[in-house]
Amino acid sequence: MTPKLTTRSGGGFLAAVPLLLFMAVAFGLPAVAILTGAFTTSANAPGGVHATLSNLTDSVHGAYLTALLGSVKLSALSALIATVLGVPLAQAVVTSRRQGLRDAVMSASGVLANFGGVPLAFAFVATLGNAGVLTTHLGLADHGWSLYSFWGLVLVYLYFLLPLMVLTIAPALEGLRAGWREAAQNNGATTLKYWLHVALPVLAPSLLGGYVLLFGSAFAAYATAAAMVGASVPLVTLQIANALSGNVLVGQGNVALALSLDMVVVAGLVMAVYIPLQRRSARWLD
Amino acid sequence: MARLTSRSPRWWRGVVGVLAGLYFLVPMAASILFTVNVPGQGFSLSAYTGILSASGFGQSLLLSLELAAATIVVVLGLLVPAVLAVRLSAPKLRPVLEIVCSLPLVIPSVALVAGYSDVLQWGPQYLSRTPLFETFVAVQNPGFPVVLVLGYSVMALPLAYRALDAGMRAVNVRTLMEAARSCGASRWRAVFQAVLPNLRGALLNAAFLTLALVLGEYTMGNLLGFRTFAVWIVAIGGEQAQLSVAVSVLSLLITWALLLVLAFAGRARSRTSRRSAVSVAPALIPQESA
Repeated sequence: MTPKLTTRSGGGFLAAVPLLLFMAVAFGLPAVAILTGAFTTSANAPGGVHATLSNLTDSVHGAYLTALLGSVKLSALSALIATVLGVPLAQAVVTSRRQGLRDAVMSASGVLANFGGVPLAFAFVATLGNAGVLTTHLGLADHGWSLYSFWGLVLVYLYFLLPLMVLTIAPALEGLRAGWREAAQNNGATTLKYWLHVALPVLAPSLLGGYVLLFGSAFAAYATAAAMVGASVPLVTLQIANALSGNVLVGQGNVALALSLDMVVVAGLVMAVYIPLQRRSARWLD
Repeated sequence: MARLTSRSPRWWRGVVGVLAGLYFLVPMAASILFTVNVPGQGFSLSAYTGILSASGFGQSLLLSLELAAATIVVVLGLLVPAVLAVRLSAPKLRPVLEIVCSLPLVIPSVALVAGYSDVLQWGPQYLSRTPLFETFVAVQNPGFPVVLVLGYSVMALPLAYRALDAGMRAVNVRTLMEAARSCGASRWRAVFQAVLPNLRGALLNAAFLTLALVLGEYTMGNLLGFRTFAVWIVAIGGEQAQLSVAVSVLSLLITWALLLVLAFAGRARSRTSRRSAVSVAPALIPQESA
């Protein structure tokens, strides 16, 4: 038996080799390109390619800084709104007595959370854009409404962030034991007090984890914003796209890679916070 | 219990439900209204009937479908052996696989594209005298850009891995394998005739998620200059707003229908265990795909 197992495990490692090789090329090469490119001058820069920190310093100054901060602000705010609104929504779903409704909402959330992008942007343009159905029928333009603005983007982002929040928080809400609530009420706690002193502290890791996940999702979003606002709202993803399309001074093309590195750092931080929190709430739910 | 029910009023549930319903349904309803209400003409379905004859529609949709098919083959071809190996003979590989398949989450798709676009320039810059240069040209063939398959596979990997992993959890792969082997099946036969058929659901799930991702993908197609389906929708939106909204509505509805069927199928199978009923959540990782 033993020799057979050893040969099998050799085969086991071999089975993963194609995947690892593929990732080394299709993921490793662009990752290396970002890392090296961020610290070197562009090929067409005067003086040729040499090591520099100017890409990175440029990426956190001027218009690029505005874009970076714009992205952070947009993601932080829309994630916060989605968290605050998502919890009652998820609570309404998980405490619903109709199993069918719960299943439908959870499935719909799984779908909505993932696939926004271009079609979503166009659906909102048709609804609330300048010639949108609601804009024209309700005369929203007279009240100063514009979809192609910071708050317009927040409204659209919520369309995929809210379902994502419902998905992440629902298991934790399902894990709240009815007994805890009864115990709190027997001790004279009001519903508000129960939520403040029992439920929310228990939910805190899941809530924070969900918030961070939403932040990361909004931060990385590009297609929705690109199809909707063009460049009227400064966002780091739009700036990278802009730089990639050649809209930079000659020799500064590598600023796109420096901005990408900035994004990778933020996304890495997000995962570094999210994974331990997720582990923690998963352990508690079991 | 009666006191508890009266203490926690049910009305808020209705309010939350109605508000959420409005928010999620109004844009869809308004979009449909937008596409069938031609200014000055009233009701008309011309935006929908015009889709098929719109220039570039067939080409871009076909390109995206071909890319999706290729991506599904690559992703499943790479992942299935690795995931099976982890279950069957190399459990030590599991953390490695987990990390490798989560890596793409750390590089947002725009940043990944920036990396790709830089790598693609290495060809003309450094390798123009070597045979590798031909490869760089070939992967960018506008008829079938292999480079998009590479990028899409990377983007789909976390999603597909979660779907496969969740599916494998429900099936005892090792027992199946051993049962087949002790009935005299060769190892390959055991994999293809006992294990894989039992993973049908997980395989389909991973394939459909990948399909939906590729069909909606805009970032990479647009920034590397290829005319995929989503890129075409945006391009046509400039001239024919109603047509592009009509295509958007259709593609949203079709994708959602597809994924809802999947989600329901997954749910029906796992109805018995509540824990796995929520396993849809970790399978779906935040990537505004398109």
